[in-house]
Amino acid sequence: MALRAAALGVLVLFLLRPQWFAPLFTPLTQYGAPPIYDQGNLLELALAQLGTVLLAALASTVVGVGLGLFVTRAAGRAFLPLSRTLVDIGQTFPPVAVLAIAVPLVGFGEKPTLIALFAYGLLPIFENTIVGLRSCPPQVLEAARGMGMSPAQCLWSVELPLALPLILEGIRLSLVINVGTATIGSTVAARGLGEVIIAGLLSSNNAFILQGALLTGLMAILLYDALVGLERRVCRSVRID
Amino acid sequence: MSTTAAVRVFLRRLPVDPLGTLLCAVGALALICLPFLVFKANRIVPGDPVDLAQVLAPAPLAAAALVLAAAGLCAVFAAGARLRLLAGLAGIVVIALVAAAGADVLTPAGNRVVRVAPGAGFWIALIAMALLATDAVTRMRPRPVVRVLALAVTVLVVLAVLAHGTFDQLSLMREYAAHADRFASELRRHLWLALGSLTAAVLVGLPVGVLCHRVPRLRSAVLSVLNLIQTIPAIALFSMLMAPLALLAAAVPLAARLGVRGIGAAPAAVALFLYALLPVVGNTVAGLRRVSPAAVEAARGMGMTAGQVLMSVELPLALPVILTGVRVALVQNIGLVTIAALIGGGGLGSFVFQGIGQTAIDLVLLGAIPIVALAFAAALLLDALIETLRRGAAP
Amino acid sequence: MIQVEHLVRRYGERTVVADVSMDMARGSMTAIVGTSGSGKSTLLRMINRLVEPSAGRILIDGRDTAAEPPHLLRRRIGYVIQGHGLFPHRTVAQNIATVPRLLGWAPERIETRVRELLTVFQLDPAQYGAAYPHQLSGGQQQRVGVARALAAEPAVLLMDEPFGALDPIIRAKAQEDLLAIQRRFGTTVVLVTHDIDEAFRLGSRVAVMSEGRLLQYDTPAMLLTHPADPFVARMTGVSDRALKLLSLTRVGELRLFPVEAATAGAAEPRIDASLSLREALAELLWQGTGHGIVCDATGRPLGRISVADIAAHGRGP
Repeated sequence: MALRAAALGVLVLFLLRPQWFAPLFTPLTQYGAPPIYDQGNLLELALAQLGTVLLAALASTVVGVGLGLFVTRAAGRAFLPLSRTLVDIGQTFPPVAVLAIAVPLVGFGEKPTLIALFAYGLLPIFENTIVGLRSCPPQVLEAARGMGMSPAQCLWSVELPLALPLILEGIRLSLVINVGTATIGSTVAARGLGEVIIAGLLSSNNAFILQGALLTGLMAILLYDALVGLERRVCRSVRID
Repeated sequence: MSTTAAVRVFLRRLPVDPLGTLLCAVGALALICLPFLVFKANRIVPGDPVDLAQVLAPAPLAAAALVLAAAGLCAVFAAGARLRLLAGLAGIVVIALVAAAGADVLTPAGNRVVRVAPGAGFWIALIAMALLATDAVTRMRPRPVVRVLALAVTVLVVLAVLAHGTFDQLSLMREYAAHADRFASELRRHLWLALGSLTAAVLVGLPVGVLCHRVPRLRSAVLSVLNLIQTIPAIALFSMLMAPLALLAAAVPLAARLGVRGIGAAPAAVALFLYALLPVVGNTVAGLRRVSPAAVEAARGMGMTAGQVLMSVELPLALPVILTGVRVALVQNIGLVTIAALIGGGGLGSFVFQGIGQTAIDLVLLGAIPIVALAFAAALLLDALIETLRRGAAP
Repeated sequence: MIQVEHLVRRYGERTVVADVSMDMARGSMTAIVGTSGSGKSTLLRMINRLVEPSAGRILIDGRDTAAEPPHLLRRRIGYVIQGHGLFPHRTVAQNIATVPRLLGWAPERIETRVRELLTVFQLDPAQYGAAYPHQLSGGQQQRVGVARALAAEPAVLLMDEPFGALDPIIRAKAQEDLLAIQRRFGTTVVLVTHDIDEAFRLGSRVAVMSEGRLLQYDTPAMLLTHPADPFVARMTGVSDRALKLLSLTRVGELRLFPVEAATAGAAEPRIDASLSLREALAELLWQGTGHGIVCDATGRPLGRISVADIAAHGRGP
């Protein structure tokens, strides 16, 4: 807990007052290069990246959960075997490749990053929605039907709540992958902290590389941690045995 | 009975496949509404759509349309998986051949500047056909041996066709011709990085996993550190490792002579090794935990030493789960090596990032498509191995 | 109360329930017994239309069940399944409140009802109301399952192997409780089991099914003494049928020889009037006296009973 608070504190302080950390990074620079990224505002970059990640995750969640619901209903059964295979195949696609293939389709900037994040983030959410809905114990479903719940009531008050832990886990996986991929998005001109790392690579400035890596790493870890916490809170009571 | 009711009854009797119908509709719409081929004056400019009817002779075009229509009918009505697989494969072959023929006609002899690229219509129709075939394969549930054989045959056929030069005038193959000298070496580099770091991760991860299984307090500590590493974005970890390795090379001349440098393959290999540790260690622990206590008890009761129990009972029983971790690590590594190109590590990623830098789409695809194919093949091979092991071990 | 008329259920070529007709009286407890695959569960599940009949119909209080949307029908019928099927994400109180909430009861009424049921099932509302199912023992989970089925005061309760997952001691207690609950609420119970002893213990009438057909539907005593079919005889058990017959009657139900309090010797064993004849016989054999004094719950002697009296009741027709 204290570790988490410290990590959050370092992240926020670094984003708001980067110059305070300049002495720490100066030894890494050569020939009087700037120790702190000076070609843009770190806070803006971090927020831009976070925004892209969250927007993509929102879209993947809506579509992923929706599709997961569809293929587990009677109307969508025919699509279930193929969609499971597609998820398996899709997960062998490296996120970078998805990003690279999106560029020719929509050009440079935020768009290919958003598309790649959306497409890649879809898979874990879709898969976990299916697994979650299908792992609902048959006796529980039988009991729900036997007590006179309509299919919609059964879905809303039994199936979805029981699948929620797995769905949330899918969203978490998807978000963590997305923070990483969004960083690579800087190579196709999406705004984000990847810019800092790439600027460091281009000018051989280890200070830029390290602070870019540190900030993205902290952001990813804190996001991961926050989502684990959320899952615990939401799912405290649900235990299927 | 009213007419609509009669139609409904008729439709219900007719075995219409909803998935096949959707794929067929999407494929047909893409072929009709979107450009099949794109003609570009050079490799960087956006191109103009090509009207196939003006390019190809009516007879082959009609033959291709006929085959595609037959495949579509199979997709909508046929119930048998074999027939649907055949229809999907026939569709893929026809679409690819039409594109090759179009490129041959459109490219002036000896011109190495113009590019004929597949358009959105081509890609979507091709994907629809591939999905049809994939669905059929999924329903047929082929055994592992059959899957591996099918992969081998597909690879051989694709390589033979590419070597024969059927697609030489298509933009992607033109790009390959331009980079043929580097392609083989980057591919080797890519595989070396992916497999080398995986091997190291298995050699280290397996003993660590066994140790974690034995010492529960170690387990949670090790696993949470590895989980933490996993959440660090790849580009961040790759570049973070550059600094310490540069320092190491500067301080220890032997390390520098061995090729350890701040830039290049060394930080990439270390980062890939670190990423691969979590799946290997995690699955070793999970696999060992799932070994039935009765089997271990029986082995000990028969007088096996702890080492014998581990080697001849626990590890063999945990092997499928451990291999699943290896599969995850390998597929993940093949993708992540791509990023090594950013720090001068080479591999197929150098085509991807060069292509992005030059806005040369064909160059991006030249890197990305083999990466996807490698990851897919690796997953298929290891899945087949795991399933064979599971079947052998099934009680 | 429940009339089953020429009920048939087919799955493709296979007939799972073949032309079954039977009536269940109001306030009775009917046990349907048969081997697995006999169609007993399918028959039960057709009553609340979890399975739709292929032919035939079911009337509850004279009304055809097919006339009502199935989910509304099910809210009027309690349903208990093996392994309880409690919602793992809801508390015990929320689980019990499921159907009343579906029916739109007022919150106060739901709360009162939940408290009442928890008390009836010997679960302290303060302690267990807010607990989650996984925090309860198997026996407690099963009781909550029955309480949930009874929450909306259904006139009919369907039970599919309700005690199948319980160990023998908890199981006996659960059967005891069910009989008490049924007497208290006057619910019409239809219960499916593969255990003939459970069927005899609980059912006022027992239906024996095999391969989709209803072989015999009668009182336990009639099934034992007049089996309609060799299968029924095998099912009810030939080797110990005399003892089974004895277990159907309680000592208190016999005409006893009156006994003067003064002549009741201290050496004679006391037999509780609520014991079955089988238990009384076992006790007399154990004591080796051949006869004993029957007492009521307060210990007042009601009469004298002998091994020979009991043996007379175990004689076949």
